[in-house]
Amino acid sequence: MHNLLTVSNLSMHFAVRGGVIPRQVGAVKAVDGVSLHIGPGETLGLVGESGCGKSTLGKAVVRLLKPTSGSINFNGTDITKMSQRALRPLRRDFQMIFQDPVESLDPRMSVRSIIEEPLLIHKIGSRSDRARMVNELLDRVGLPSSAAERYSFEFSGGQRQRIGIARALALKPKLIVCDEPVSALDVSIQSQILNLLVELQRELGLSYLFIAHDLSVVKHVSDRVAVMYLGKIVELAPSENIYRDPRHDYTKALLSAIPSTDPNASRERILLEGEIPSPIDPPRGSAFGHRIKHPRYDETIGMELPLREITPGHWVAADPCCVSADDWKKLSAQK
Amino acid sequence: MSDSKQALLVVDKLITSFDTERGFLRAVDQVSFSVPAGGTVGIVGESGCGKSVTAMSIVRLLPQPAGKIIGGHVWFKGEDLLRADDERMQNIRGGEIGVIFQEPMSALNPLHRIGRQVAEVFLLHRNISKNDAWEQALEMLKLVGIPAPEKRMMEYPHQLSGGMRQRVVIALALACRPSLVIADEPTTALDVTVQAQILDLMARLRAEMNMSMMLITHDLGVIAENCNEVVVMYAGRVVEKGPVSEIFSKPLHAYTRGLLRSMPTLDSKPKSLLPVIPGMVASLGEHVHGCRFCQRMGVPSSELRERPALIEITPSHWVENCPRCLGEHSTSNIQHRTLK
Repeated sequence: MHNLLTVSNLSMHFAVRGGVIPRQVGAVKAVDGVSLHIGPGETLGLVGESGCGKSTLGKAVVRLLKPTSGSINFNGTDITKMSQRALRPLRRDFQMIFQDPVESLDPRMSVRSIIEEPLLIHKIGSRSDRARMVNELLDRVGLPSSAAERYSFEFSGGQRQRIGIARALALKPKLIVCDEPVSALDVSIQSQILNLLVELQRELGLSYLFIAHDLSVVKHVSDRVAVMYLGKIVELAPSENIYRDPRHDYTKALLSAIPSTDPNASRERILLEGEIPSPIDPPRGSAFGHRIKHPRYDETIGMELPLREITPGHWVAADPCCVSADDWKKLSAQK
Repeated sequence: MSDSKQALLVVDKLITSFDTERGFLRAVDQVSFSVPAGGTVGIVGESGCGKSVTAMSIVRLLPQPAGKIIGGHVWFKGEDLLRADDERMQNIRGGEIGVIFQEPMSALNPLHRIGRQVAEVFLLHRNISKNDAWEQALEMLKLVGIPAPEKRMMEYPHQLSGGMRQRVVIALALACRPSLVIADEPTTALDVTVQAQILDLMARLRAEMNMSMMLITHDLGVIAENCNEVVVMYAGRVVEKGPVSEIFSKPLHAYTRGLLRSMPTLDSKPKSLLPVIPGMVASLGEHVHGCRFCQRMGVPSSELRERPALIEITPSHWVENCPRCLGEHSTSNIQHRTLK
């Protein structure tokens, strides 16, 4: 199976300016050497805490940001350094859905103009064709065609997210980057939107990069899940493996922190101390090892902690602070 | 639930409405529940169900002049807070009832140092000197696990992370060792790992200080792990309430069952369709005589006649007696079964 999207060693650094005469005094390594791929019809989940760089990665993948280094290959074309003008015809194939459907929809535009806009930009169809397409899209996302003449603020959060999805679908994309699409929604509305995304994927063969902080949501919609910590992927595995057999201590901590609705469930909670460190001044060794004050942290200073395959399809950072002793033996032997 | 004698807080048929352009809207419609001394009660529901308005009504912090309590009682240690004067309420808030809100940034004054804000609580509620208040504030910050508290006392809220700010808000709420804490979505703005830290901290302090808690959240998991009892609200009404162990294992009302089933869990099959509750959360504008949840499920309004009564199905497990929402659990069925 060839990949729809291949990201290799991608970094996204932001300059930090300071001083009396502003000059660059440092860099925030929001995304630091990330590699991943997404196949046709596949969902890759991306999970991590706020500030881990997951949204930045999502934006860089669809080239809303210009990566500092690394490469992005979409459907056989290297889009890493393309100008926005050259990218425009390709943008039909990759779209984005945002967390906040209030801010991402223009309140002065009718729902019809919001959904029609991408069609206009890409000069698709006649006026009557576009009107028909908008109606079909509304129907597809479960909104009545009467919604077209109304304004986005007249709708509830869940319906607004449906409008955002209809807009993203307008150009029949191959990949949609979903950035926290359900985290602002009520529980009962969240499940409606998740089902819609799953159904659309089945029908249209879409691929998703699904970004969220909620591991149970990510696990539910994804084929594979990547766990991100401080700009790096620390574990990447099929959804079932991430949940049943997590190998990285950060993944284990994230899993254990999710409150369960089964009051009789007895699980051991791993309480992490402190918070995710600042990416302006990251620890020099293992970032998570530093947070948990691991005794072997000093060994990791200056060390590369690459992702290695521990079992087929299950990748974990080769980090002596964050994997079991057995796993570390296996991982360090793979050189 | 426990009877009013042992209970610390008894909310009895509370009705709160808002004066809006569309007329008076009932945000809280005859809500009753109680918080036993030393117990923790969770209030769960979706946005607009009235859970926050209930909390605001209890401490009388409704937005003015729109919000009005138009009926019911709030008994706190035998005193009706709805009839207390403003001075008494000021003593109660922060003194006997601590309040923790969702967004710690808006609960803290951005212009004042952390130390001053915590010390202020002691100056307001305890008759002590400024130095003593400062000392006690420092103690309080230590208690909520803020590293280098001396340094933090001199800092401003924006210099702290979200988790640290929420710890400061907890310190403010618990400073006078209140007998009841009302926490409104205390961890919603935080990451899961920080949420786990904060909930752990609150559980520890609650046990140490022997406090009762009313925890408001939309997250059923947080309730299951932190409360003894739960009140499920929908469209301003209590649809089901009872012990956590009972409600989570045997939810009776269709809304409670729907909420529990529609959450993706770590056990659910990847990319499967989740059971959904159709429609949208009810808006308060529409006046409904009968069951609000039936209205969401599209039952014709001609069938919605009377508001269902809350009935006690098993000891202290109450549910709105709507035959459609209860399905096989409805009382008519239960009687039917006993006749056979």
